[in-house]
Order: sequence, then structure tokens, then C-alpha cells
Amino acid sequence: MAMNKIRGAFAVPRKGETYELRAGLVSQYAYERKESIQKTIMAMTLGKDVSALFPDVLKNIATGDLEQKKLVYLYLMNYAKSHPDLCILAVNTFVQDSEDPNPLIRALAIRTMGCIRVEKMVDYMEEPLRKTLRDESPYVRKTAAICVAKLFDLNPGMCLENGFLEMLQEMIGDPNPMVVANSVTALSEIFQTAPETQALQVTSNTLRKMLMALNECTEWGRVTILSTLADYRTGDVKESEHICERVAPQFQHVNSGVVLAAVKTVFLHMKNISPELNQNYFKKMAPPLVTLVSSAPEVQYVALRNIDLLLQKQPDILNKELRVFFCKYNDPPYVKFQKLEIMVRIANDRNVDQLLAELKEYALEVDMDFVRRAVKAIGQVAIKIESASEKCVNTLLDLINTKVNYVVQEAIVVIKDIFRKYPGYEGIIPTLCQCIDELDEPNARAALIWIVGEYAEKISNAGDILGGFVDGFNEEFSQTQLQILTAVVKLFLKRPEKAQGLVQRVLQAATAENDNPDVRDRAYIYWRLLSNTSDSNATRNIVLSDKPPILTTINSLPPALLDQLLSELSTLSSVYHKPPEQFVGQGRFGADAVQRAAIEEQIQNARENPLAAAAAAAAVSGSTPSAQAQSNVENLLDIDFDGGAPASAQKEPTSGMSGLEGLAGTPVRVQSPAVGSPPPQASNNLDDLLGVFGDSGAAQPSSSGVNGSNDLMNGFADLNMSGNGAPPQSNNPPKKSNEDILGLF
Amino acid sequence: MLSGILIFNQKGENLIFRAFRSDCRPRLADIFRIQVISNPQVRSPILTLGSTTFSHVKHENIYLVAVTKSNANAALIFEFMYRFIMLGKSYFGKFDEEAVKNNFVLIYELLDEILDFGYPQNTETDTLKMYITTEGVKSVIANSPTDSSRITQQATGALSWRRSDIKYRKNEAFVDVIEDVNLLMSATGTVLRADVNGQIIMRAYLTGTPECKFGLNDRLLLDGGAPVSGGKNGAGNSSGAMATSKATRAAAGSVTLEDCQFHQCVKLGRFDADRIISFVPPDGEFELMRYRATENVNLPFKVHPIVREIGTTKVEYSVAIKANYSAKLFATNVVIRIPTPLNTAKTTERTSQGRAKYEPEHNNIVWKIPRFSGQSEYVLTAEATLTSMTHQKAWSRPPLSLSFSLLMFTSSGLLVRYLKVFEKSNYSSVKWVRYMTRAGSYEIRF
Repeated sequence: MAMNKIRGAFAVPRKGETYELRAGLVSQYAYERKESIQKTIMAMTLGKDVSALFPDVLKNIATGDLEQKKLVYLYLMNYAKSHPDLCILAVNTFVQDSEDPNPLIRALAIRTMGCIRVEKMVDYMEEPLRKTLRDESPYVRKTAAICVAKLFDLNPGMCLENGFLEMLQEMIGDPNPMVVANSVTALSEIFQTAPETQALQVTSNTLRKMLMALNECTEWGRVTILSTLADYRTGDVKESEHICERVAPQFQHVNSGVVLAAVKTVFLHMKNISPELNQNYFKKMAPPLVTLVSSAPEVQYVALRNIDLLLQKQPDILNKELRVFFCKYNDPPYVKFQKLEIMVRIANDRNVDQLLAELKEYALEVDMDFVRRAVKAIGQVAIKIESASEKCVNTLLDLINTKVNYVVQEAIVVIKDIFRKYPGYEGIIPTLCQCIDELDEPNARAALIWIVGEYAEKISNAGDILGGFVDGFNEEFSQTQLQILTAVVKLFLKRPEKAQGLVQRVLQAATAENDNPDVRDRAYIYWRLLSNTSDSNATRNIVLSDKPPILTTINSLPPALLDQLLSELSTLSSVYHKPPEQFVGQGRFGADAVQRAAIEEQIQNARENPLAAAAAAAAVSGSTPSAQAQSNVENLLDIDFDGGAPASAQKEPTSGMSGLEGLAGTPVRVQSPAVGSPPPQASNNLDDLLGVFGDSGAAQPSSSGVNGSNDLMNGFADLNMSGNGAPPQSNNPPKKSNEDILGLF
Repeated sequence: MLSGILIFNQKGENLIFRAFRSDCRPRLADIFRIQVISNPQVRSPILTLGSTTFSHVKHENIYLVAVTKSNANAALIFEFMYRFIMLGKSYFGKFDEEAVKNNFVLIYELLDEILDFGYPQNTETDTLKMYITTEGVKSVIANSPTDSSRITQQATGALSWRRSDIKYRKNEAFVDVIEDVNLLMSATGTVLRADVNGQIIMRAYLTGTPECKFGLNDRLLLDGGAPVSGGKNGAGNSSGAMATSKATRAAAGSVTLEDCQFHQCVKLGRFDADRIISFVPPDGEFELMRYRATENVNLPFKVHPIVREIGTTKVEYSVAIKANYSAKLFATNVVIRIPTPLNTAKTTERTSQGRAKYEPEHNNIVWKIPRFSGQSEYVLTAEATLTSMTHQKAWSRPPLSLSFSLLMFTSSGLLVRYLKVFEKSNYSSVKWVRYMTRAGSYEIRF
């Protein structure tokens, strides 16, 4: 207490929490001191700055009370940086503790030392670490093993000089499985941050040791070892077979992390072994995967995202398990959405009836987002399975008859795609046209207008319908405007007598009164084409040409990305369906720094690999669960693109678009390049041209596949818009090249 | 791996903040609060902002958050979080805001022990309880260095779940087979999905280091022609245990287990090779295995609902439920939840058994039957009067759901054939088996 009085004489506040805590910390009674330490930790958790108490807390470090010691250590770890000089006072205790007869205390000392990130402390770590790495107690050894990774993070040079890496590598042969697991953990972390160290080199010898430890170590250790095994490239077929054989029993583990890690390991090593064995392993793999679907929702979500990846590579491994993926009423939305995607993936002509009944049920629920996805899924099934298309169309008609606004709209968008593949369903067009007044979303309106234009010769009142749209032309979204234009021109070409006036009016409206360069350009093109008298068939050939058939509307990742993601199974990367580079940054966290880094990263990615980046983005957007998660980030990005970035975006409108812009010579619709299915796109330039002229051409089918849930793509969309929609001068060149192209015809 | 573990209450107050790496800054707590807790739009348990990923689980009234900066193993993160919750429950009874606030020191201590540099370490409850103690949890072992070295041996050993010095005067093992039966039935009465998630809980009070072998009427095993030898077992106990020898005779049929998952004490290699479940059990209660069965599921209840919407003002219900199990058995706590439209003003119910009540907060009529004997059939008729609404929205008709528990019955038909205990000292042990079937998600559409 006398101490306190003297202190009080200095500039320390007499009142307040800090004062009280300090008084307690130096109290003569042990229980008061301990209580004060607890309170200090509490204040620390609440975010209060109690670093001023550092010296007083430190005084309590030398104690026999293990609990108190732990508390002081916890405080030290948090505030060491604020008092680097004082830390030196703790060193002695640490060194002493690391030689304590009690292994718990030895381990605690070495564990904590590694967490005190102060240069001075590091200097004193060498000796204790060396001793504890060779400690008789496996508990201390396993703790010391992790400590090497901590030290490497702080001071790689010292770690290498003292030969800690070699010691760690030797410890893979430790008799204790947990020590083995932690050594592998530490080595693989070091290897990842600094590949040049060659820290973790699996040889046939270490492989054997790891396989031995696999069956005995903790579940977490198993995950580490399995992940390491998965990354290992085997020398021969025998070795791969051996690994698969030893790993497969882990499918039965209760921990889903272990199960997924085992699936990953077997899946990656399976490539090397005989097809019969492959089938065998697929059979073994399926039930555990299905079991994961009945675990906690978050785990389910991770599992479902991974199953999605596996199915893209091996579509048939779960085709008997459709029912397992039926949504429960109380499933969280992110699980439901993912289940829908998987159900569509495993749909085949045997289970399609069941699936359709189920999807129809979902389409009648109340969650708007879920309902839309269910409707979309029906369309995907129709296009995937030809024999079921009629049933799908009937189901969609039933849904349209419910007159629920958003169901009708989504159904119409979907039906448009179905028409692209099966033109034979025109009988339902009158039903669709009845809904015309209910459609208020640009997508749905555009879809219906496209249908009217495409079947103009068969719809007696097509002129009236389109006339209605032309009247309100300038109130429509540009997406719809483009479709109106095209549809009216089609109508004119098919039934010139009916649409003479209409076509004049719409071209007038689109060229004279419209601000959107895309719409204007398209209108000019049509105008030119129509006024071309030298070859009257040219317009027909272009506008009414056969469109390439739709193959699928199910999103798939490009094969290269898929392979990359399969080697990342069960990680965050596999959940996002994005390569890790896209969301893991080395930078520090600070709202701006991270944002800037993220933007740069995005731009960089887009520049380097426009298709893959766009596809990855699109793929993620395909499932809102994570897309939702993403959208926040992307929204932030959007803001920045609108603000600072457009300059760069204009200079170099690369971001996924450049290829097409060059080809088509017009500002291209934004979505098309972001489509995940390159074949019809990239391969066929003509399609792109048609896409500009005819109607949505090649772009439409696939884009609508991706489009439905394009939260994420906004990120890209906005970026491109700022490139395209920018001031007139950027539009001039495209216009010119339009004329060049026109010259060709 | 993990950079830190955070716990928040529902208001977004940070209760626990434990950083394992230097990149886990205090500011992250604010970011999570703003982006997740106060953002109703969030629909995913994983959220990446910049390069920081937050993975969260909501339990009771707290959020548990794992922060990571790397491409971490997502499955492992969530498994770990659930393990952490289990630990919390076993230490504090209930893992909620109050428990966290009252035990924050202990929670820091636990976190320090189960995670090192963000890598999960030993998370076995029993082992941890030996050296991380609180008033409620007293260590059996004094805190002397020799004991500590024993503890650490166990915490890292190949049998990290079992002490070597366990002694009981009477050696007993209790096996509970608990099945959750899931059903999804369509409005037309076809079974869309019926399966069983079973778990086998064991309470082992056995001396020394016993090696146990456990046999089920698993079709793969029986077809494989493995030797059948029922163990000598004690008689049934008061709560309706069944001697396994009797069960063996009863098991004319066998069960196809779609998939099994085992506690880490089970030697997976042996199961994979010859489907023998062999293990050294932890002391006390643990979950030996989980399994899934989808074939020949016996549904204990058949429900036949007739729901008619009469105009826009009235809904009429007639729900019949029939017990499909032997008349000797009876189910307890049968609760049938019958959804009503959101604009229900009042309801009237009549039941032939049990009591029904309208719960406006859940939009449900809840029909409770405390005791439901086998083969009996009960009916509820009810009527819901609706208020008229200006904006009439179609009623989504959520499924009717059921919960119950039924002893001495397994939906899958699973039976325990034997449990054999081998120990050096060759003592005899008494084993008890109990069966129970509960409703998992038992939903019937109408």
C-alpha cells in the first residue's frame, strides 16, 4: 500500500478503472491480485486499452498458480508489442518455466514464447526451443513443433541457421502420432509461405511414417496428414494404390473434415490407378458424402459445395441419391440453393419425374429467391433431359397458371430457353401472351418479346402486342428495348404488310430519342440493312438466320479451373469455387488497404485471364449463398470502379471484354463474355456477329443461364459499363467498324 | 490456419477475442459486427471481406466466429466450432452468453489448449477435464508434476481418449441405440424420402484397457459369413433393456447400413477390411458410431391429413394418425404440429386423444399425445377462421411435422448382436442395450 501512495504522487490518476486495477495488481493478497488480473483480461476483451498496466501485470508472472500464470501470459501476448523493452523482464521466467519438471508448464512456456512477437524475445528462444524439441514428454514436443512455425514466421533466418527445420523433419519419424502430425503441420505451413526452403519433401520413407501415424493421431492431425498426402505426387501406380487403400478407411470417420480430406486424397490419387479400382472407390466414396448432407447446416453447406465440384468431374457418382438432396422446410436458404443445383446435376431420365414433382412443390413456397431458382431448375432439367421436356413445359404452364407474379416472370424467362432447344412447343404461346401485363422485370419482358418476334408468323396479333411495347419504348430498360427492336424487325421481315409502320416508329424512337448507344447502334444497323436494296435476302439471312442450339443452361466451371479447385477440396476455395489467389491476400487489414488490394487483384486477374476470372466470378454467382457473401465485397468494388477506376478501365477495357470487342467491333452486351461455357462463344466468331445483329444470338442462351442470379457479376458488369457507356468518343471507332462489317455484306 | 476465435452476443458485443496470429486485429470485431450481426441480408455462414474470411456459427444466443486470412479448410473450421460448442456444453451445461460471461477465463484457457497457432490440438473433453478445471469440473488428479506427465502422456498418446488407471468394482457397459427417423411424404401420400440417422451411444464403466468388439445385424457382415456368437448378457433392466442373446434370435432380418461413421477410438482399418467394430472405449459416455439406413425403413406413424381451404375465410382440418408398431409398445411425447395460415384469427379443435392448442406465435395447431399405444389410431378435426386481408397472398402450406420418442423400436430394424469385452485381467462384465426411435425431420405435406 505504501507503494501505492508513492505512485499516487506521480501523474497516475487516482480514480477510474485503471487505478483500481493497478491497486489490485500490486495488492499484498494473492487472491486480490488474481482477481485484478482477471478483470484486466475482461477489460482487454471489451476492447479497452489496458496496456498501461503492463509492468504491474508482469510482476505477477512468477507464480505457482497455473491459472494465474496463463492469464498473465495471455495478457503478455496481447500487449508485448506495446512494451517491447519490458518484455525482457519476462524472459527469465519463460526460460525457467521451460525447464520446469511439470510438462504442462514447460509446454505452456514454449507455446507462449512463440506468441510474443518481440525481437528481443526471439533472441532468447533458441535454447528453450532446442531443448523442448527434444523433450521427453510428447506433449512438450508437439507444442515445440508448432513453435518452430511461429519462429519461422517471426525470423526465418534464425530458424534456418539453428537447424530447426532439420530437427522438425526428423520429428516426422517420432514415435508419438501427435508429434508427427504437428511436425507435418508446421513444415507444411513453412513450405507454403517459403517454398524455397523445401521444408516438406515427402519421400517414400516419410510417406510410410505418415501413413502409420494417420490411424493413431487425433482427428485434426489426420486432416493435416491427409492434406499433405493429397498434395504428394506419387512415383508409381503401386504407391498410389497403397495410399488409396490406407486412406479409404478414413471415409468412416465421424469428423467431416477428415472425411472430406480423405475423399480429396483418394480422388486425386485415383487418377493413377486402374479404372476398376476407380469404380470401387467411387462406390465407397458416395455413402460418406451423402452422410455429410445430414450434418450441421454449415458443414452441410461446405459439403454440398464440394459435392458440386466432384459432380462436375464425375457426374454419375451420386445418381441414385437424388432424394437425399430434397430440401427440408427448415433448411437455411444457402443449403437449399445448393441442394437445388446438385439435384439438377444428378437429374437423369429415371429420376426426373420425382425431381419435377419436388421442384414444383418448391416453386409454390414463399421465399421469392428460392422459388425463382426452383423455376429456373425446371428449365435446366428440360434442356438437360430431352425426354422430360414435355413434362417440364407442362409443369411450367401449371406454375404460370398460379398467377403468382414472380413465378410467372421467371417461368417465361426459362421457357424462352426451352424454345431455343425445342421449337416445337409453340402451342403454349397464347398462354404466355396472356401474362403480358403482369411482367414488370426487364428480363421477363425481354424474354417474352423475343418469343413474340421469333414466332411472329404464328401469332396473329403479334403486331398489336409489339405495338404496345413500341408505344412505351422509351420507358423500357435498354435490355428490353434491344429485344423490342429485334422483334419488330423480325415481324417486319416475316409479315411486311403488318409491320411497315411499326418498324418505322421503333427505328425512329431508337435512333432519335434514345440515349443508349447500344440501342442506337443496333437500330442503325437494322436501318441500314433494311434500306439495302441490292440484295433483299441479306437482311433475312442475317436477322432470321438459324441460331446455334442451346446445349445446356447448367453452369459449369472451365476444366482447368475445375481441376485446380479439386485439388483444393474442402478449403474455402472449394466453397467459393474460386482459386485462392482471388480472396487470400498477404496485405494487412485496413479497410482501404484491403479494398484497394482486392480491386487490383480483380483487375489483375481479369487482365491475365479474362475468361477464367469471369467464369469463376460467374460460377460463384451461380449460387447466391456465397454470392451473397461476395456481393458485399463486390459492391464495395463497384463503388470504387465507378469512382476511381473507370479511367483505367477505359484506357484498357481489357477486363474480360477486349477479345469480343475486337471481334464484333461493337459495344458488346455485358454478360456474354462472362459466360461460363466458352465452346460456342470463343470458338465461333460468327456467332458473336449474329449476336449483335440477329438478336441475342449465341450470347443469349448461355448468358441467361448465368444471369438469373447475377449479383456477383455486377462487379464485372459495372466495370464494363463504365468502359462502354463512357463518353461518345469511345463509341466512334466501333461505329466505324460496324460500317466496315456492313460493307462486307 | 485460423487467425483467431471471437465470440459475440446477439447485440454484437465482443465477449471473447482470442487472436492466434498477428494478423487478427481488434478492428476485425467491429467489421464482423457491422457486416454480419447487424446485417439482415447475410445468408451464408462464410463471408470473405478483402482477404479476411469470417466463418460463423450461431449457437443459443451467441455467435462463434473463426477468422482466417488463408485458404483454410472450411470443413475443419466448422467441425472445430461445433466441437468447441460441445466442449462448452460439457463444461458449463449450457453454452450461451451467460456461461461465456461467467467463465471467460476458463474459455481463454480452453482456447489456449485446443488451438495452437490456429491449429486444432486435442479436443477430447475427458482429457481436457483432467487439467483444465473449474468449480464444476474438478480434476481427479492432483496437480503434481508426475501426474501432469501422465496427463500429457494421455493428451498426446495413441489412446488420447483413455486413462490407463481406471478401476471399477463392477464392470458395466450400457449401449443406447438411438435412431432419428426422417420422413418426407408428399400430399398424395407417397413417401418421397424416408431414412434413418442412427447413433450408438455407449457408456463404458470398465476397468483397465479393455478391448471391445461390437456386432450388429449388419447385412454385409452377416452375408460375409462372419462367426456369430452372442455374448453372455445381463437381463433387461427396468427401462426396458433387451438382452442381446434374445435380440439375436429376433433378428431374422438384417439391416443394410448405407454408411457408418465411428468415434476415433474405433480401428477403421479393421472395419474396412472385415467390418468388425473393434475399439478401446473412452471412459464414461461417448458416441461410438453413427449410421445411416435407407432401405426398409419402418415408419412408426402414418399420418393422413385432409386440409381444405373453404373460400378465403376458413380452413378445415381432419388429421388421422395411426401407430404402426406392435401393440405392446407405446410412444411418448407425441407432438403433431399442424400449420395454419398466417392470418388465422381463431381456431376450434376436437381430438379423440390428447390435447390440441393453437399457438399463434408459430402459426401452428399443436396436438400433444403424451402416451400413444401401438396400433391405435386417433383423429383431430379442427377449423381455422381467417381474417380477411386486403392483400391476399396464397398460403404456402408448410408441411405438417411430427415429433415423438418410442422405446424398444428401431426404424431401421437394427439390433445389437453382441458386445464382447477383452481385458488382461479377464473380468466378467455386464452389458445393457436399449433402443429408441425419435422423429428426426418427420414431415408430411398436404
